[in-house]
Amino acid sequence: MSHHIVEARNLIYTYPDGTEALKGVTFRIAHGEAVALVGSNGAGKSTLLLHLNGYLTPAQGDVVIGDTVVTRETAASARRAVGLVFQDPDDQLFMPTVAEDVAFGPLNAGLPPEQVEQRVVRALERVGMLHVRERPPYHLSAGEKRAVAIATVLAMSPDILVMDEPSANLDPRARRRLIELLHSFEHTRIIATHDLEMVVEVCSRVIVLDGGKVVADGPVRELLNDEALMSAHGLERPHILRHSHPH
Amino acid sequence: MGIANWIDIGRMDELSRRVTPLHRLDGRAKTFVTLAFIVIVVSFPLHTVSALTPFLLFPLSLLALGQIPLQPILKKILIAAPFALLVGIFNPFLDREPATMIGSFTVTGGWLSFLSILLRFVLTVGAALTLIACTGMNRLSASLEQLGAPRVFVVQLLFLYRYLFVISDEGSKMFRSVELRSEKGRPLSFRVYGSLLGTLLIRAMDRAERVYRAMVARGFDGEIHVLRPTSFGWKDAAFICGWLTFFSVARTWNLAEGMEIVLTRILSSTPQ
Repeated sequence: MSHHIVEARNLIYTYPDGTEALKGVTFRIAHGEAVALVGSNGAGKSTLLLHLNGYLTPAQGDVVIGDTVVTRETAASARRAVGLVFQDPDDQLFMPTVAEDVAFGPLNAGLPPEQVEQRVVRALERVGMLHVRERPPYHLSAGEKRAVAIATVLAMSPDILVMDEPSANLDPRARRRLIELLHSFEHTRIIATHDLEMVVEVCSRVIVLDGGKVVADGPVRELLNDEALMSAHGLERPHILRHSHPH
Repeated sequence: MGIANWIDIGRMDELSRRVTPLHRLDGRAKTFVTLAFIVIVVSFPLHTVSALTPFLLFPLSLLALGQIPLQPILKKILIAAPFALLVGIFNPFLDREPATMIGSFTVTGGWLSFLSILLRFVLTVGAALTLIACTGMNRLSASLEQLGAPRVFVVQLLFLYRYLFVISDEGSKMFRSVELRSEKGRPLSFRVYGSLLGTLLIRAMDRAERVYRAMVARGFDGEIHVLRPTSFGWKDAAFICGWLTFFSVARTWNLAEGMEIVLTRILSSTPQ
C-alpha cells in the first residue's frame, strides 16, 4: 500500500454563502509526481487544497489518500500523510521561536522529546535554516519565513506535500532557492500557483482549473504552450517556453 | 506602529528566553507564588496604603533576579492604567469622610481608597507582567494546566495572547492606510471609525481562521505541548517558602510603619 497517491473523485463543494467553489473535480496523482494546479483567481485552487487534508469535507464526491477515503474519522491520518504549506507564512508561524514552531507538529503527534528535537534539526537543515532556530519567526525575511514554513511541515514527515502559492512575495534569489528546494524533494508534490515559469521548472504535469472544474490535465510543456487554452482561462504562456520552442 | 509597538509582545517573548536562575525555576513555582501575591495584595482593607508598599519588593526583586529591564513592564502597566483610574476616580467624590492628616492637609477616605486601588493595580499587574517576562506565555500556560486550571481556559488564554499580536498587526496596517489617505489634522468621523473597527474585527477573524487552519493541518487537537518541560526541585520549593513567609509577615504587620518606627527610634536615640 502507498500513501503517496492522491485521488479526487467528482468533488463538489459550495461555501455557506452559496458560492459554488468546486463543481465536480476529478484527478489522480501518482507516487512522486510533481503536479501544478493552475487557474485564475477564484478558480477553486485553495478550496481544493483544503479538501486534501480533510479540513473541508466535500458536499459530494471523495478525496482518497493512499487507499483511504478522507472523512471526519480519517482526517487525522490524512493530515499526517498530507503536509499543507499555506500561502501566508505568518499564518503558519505563531510560536515564539522557529524551533518551537517546527516542533509543533511532531509534539502534536505525541513523539518523545529526543525524537522531536531530531526532527526539528533535520527539517531545518533540509531547508537550510538551522541557523535561525532560536530566532522569533516574525523577525525573519519573507524567504526565510517561507523556508521555515516548509520545515514545519517537513518535520511531520508527510508523504505528500501540498503548497499554496509557495513563490508568492519572494525576491528572485529566494524564489530560485525555493525552486531548487522543491526540485530536491522526492515527495508527491501538489503546487497551486500563478508562477507558471516555476511550474515549467519544477512540475511535470499541470491541472488547469476554471470555475471549479478541471478544464485541462496533462504534461506541462504541452498545456502551457497552448496559447489558446492559456488565454481562454485567464493564464499566459510562460516566457521560458517561448524561448526554448522557436516557431 | 502605534498599538503594535505599545503591546510589543515580541519583546516579552524575547525577555522570557533569557537564561537566569529565575528563568530556570519551574513555571509552577513562579505561577503559584504570583497568584498568592495577587490574592494577598487584594485582601487588604479598603484604605490601606502604607502597608502595601513593602509588597513592591516582590516584583522588583523578580525583575532584578531575572535581569528584566523595568521600562517595557512600566509601559505595559501604563496601557492598562486607564482601567484602574476609571475604577477608582469616583471614590474621592463619593467618600468625603476625613481619614487621616498629612501635615495640615486633611485626607479623605475617598482619596486613600483611590490611592490604594492604584497601588494594588501597579502591584498585581506588575507582578503578572513580570511573571510572563520571566516564564514565557507557553510555559506559563502549561504550568497553569499542571496546577489544575481547566484546559479550555488555558488554551483560550494562550490564543488570546497570540491573537493580540495578530489583531494589532492588522489594526496598524489598516490605520496606516487611513492615515495615508486622510488630510492631516482633520479628525475622522464616527462613521469611519465604526466601519474601521468592523473591518478590523472581520479581518482578525479571517486571520484567526487561517491560523487555526494551519494548526489543524499540523495535527492540533486542542492540547498544548511544551518542548523542554521543567522539573520541580528544591530551589523551587525554597522560592515558594521564602516568598510565602515574606507575604504573611507583611500581611500581618505593617512593615512600612515598623520601618518608620525603627528609623525614628534610631534617629532620636543618636545624640545630637
